[in-house]
Amino acid sequence: MFKLFGDWFAYEILSLNPVSPTGRAVQFFAMDVSKIFMLLVGVIYIMGFLRALLSPERVRGYVRSKPRWLARLLAVILGAATPFCSCSSVPLFIGFVEAGIPLGVTFSFLIASPMINEVAAVLLAGILGLKIAALYVAVGMAVAYIGGIIMELFRPERWVEDYVWKIHMGNSIKVQSEASLSGSHRFAVAEVKEILKRIWKWVVIGVAAGALFHGYVPNEWIQAHLVNNSFWSVPLAVLLGVPLYSNATGVIPIAEAMLGKGVPIGTTLALMMSIAALSLPEMLILRKVIRWPALVRFAAVLALAFTLAGWAFNMYL
Amino acid sequence: MKKIKVLGSGCSKCKATARMIKEVAHEKGAAIELEKVEDIKEIMVYGLMSTPGVVIDGKLVHAGSVPARGQIRQWM
Repeated sequence: MFKLFGDWFAYEILSLNPVSPTGRAVQFFAMDVSKIFMLLVGVIYIMGFLRALLSPERVRGYVRSKPRWLARLLAVILGAATPFCSCSSVPLFIGFVEAGIPLGVTFSFLIASPMINEVAAVLLAGILGLKIAALYVAVGMAVAYIGGIIMELFRPERWVEDYVWKIHMGNSIKVQSEASLSGSHRFAVAEVKEILKRIWKWVVIGVAAGALFHGYVPNEWIQAHLVNNSFWSVPLAVLLGVPLYSNATGVIPIAEAMLGKGVPIGTTLALMMSIAALSLPEMLILRKVIRWPALVRFAAVLALAFTLAGWAFNMYL
Repeated sequence: MKKIKVLGSGCSKCKATARMIKEVAHEKGAAIELEKVEDIKEIMVYGLMSTPGVVIDGKLVHAGSVPARGQIRQWM
């Protein structure tokens, strides 16, 4: 259906030549933009509806005073289910610390949350296929689980800003939750508007970049530079992802184009994870609660994990 | 006069919340004193973990999203 729309738009309306690079790029662009926006509206709505029932305050309640392995598992699952605006990561961090939740578990949550979100998962499934979506989610959760354990070995408590320990939160006040059906509906509609308003530009830019890649970049260039399965292409992809910041959503069209041109799956996933979870702005925000030595280790652990995951995928798939 | 505080460290949702409260108060001609609280220590005192939050006369009434217009009207 979306392919038909793309064909119709590029070849009928603009009467472009289907074999020219421009024609192919425009067709790809129209097809992907329409498909992605349809999926986005549906999925954000459904998740918004569910999320109205699951606040971070409630997550904290589930995680606290559980045995550590269970706490960590819950933190990873709940982190994946609840994306949070990165401006909330500071209150979240403090809230977890204040509840006596171990820092390593908190880090697990902080890794899982930006990396895995419903928008990314469904776009991946819709565009790249279920198998790749499942892989991405599984690897993301594994990295979050293990990354948190490794962070714990560094005893990051040393680097938490002193004031964080001194904060005593008012006892988790019961905010009347929007648990009613109409409340959840309203929340979900607001989420759709808010998220689309924030990311539509990036989706369009992402698809446009993907389309240009699709139409113009010659296969030989990619074959020569990215497809060769040399071991350094994965860490290179991870490094490339650090200054680039987008939520996982904006990268997917680029990933699609890369895969379509034969870039190995591990290299592509490494780039996606790095762009989503390893970002400078996020680090700067976290700097308010924890000092650089911990953040540098956090970044290093993630970079290493993404590289290893990328290599493993390239080797076994 | 109601004392309203918007809690949040300067993200776009927090700004949108403050703007909407101002608009609704203006519409209804309600007298309010609006304050934006950006200091994290002060924010945490209210026991919320997701911003933006809204505090009216010292009581947290909302957290984690931009409140709906109808909800804001009820607060005034």
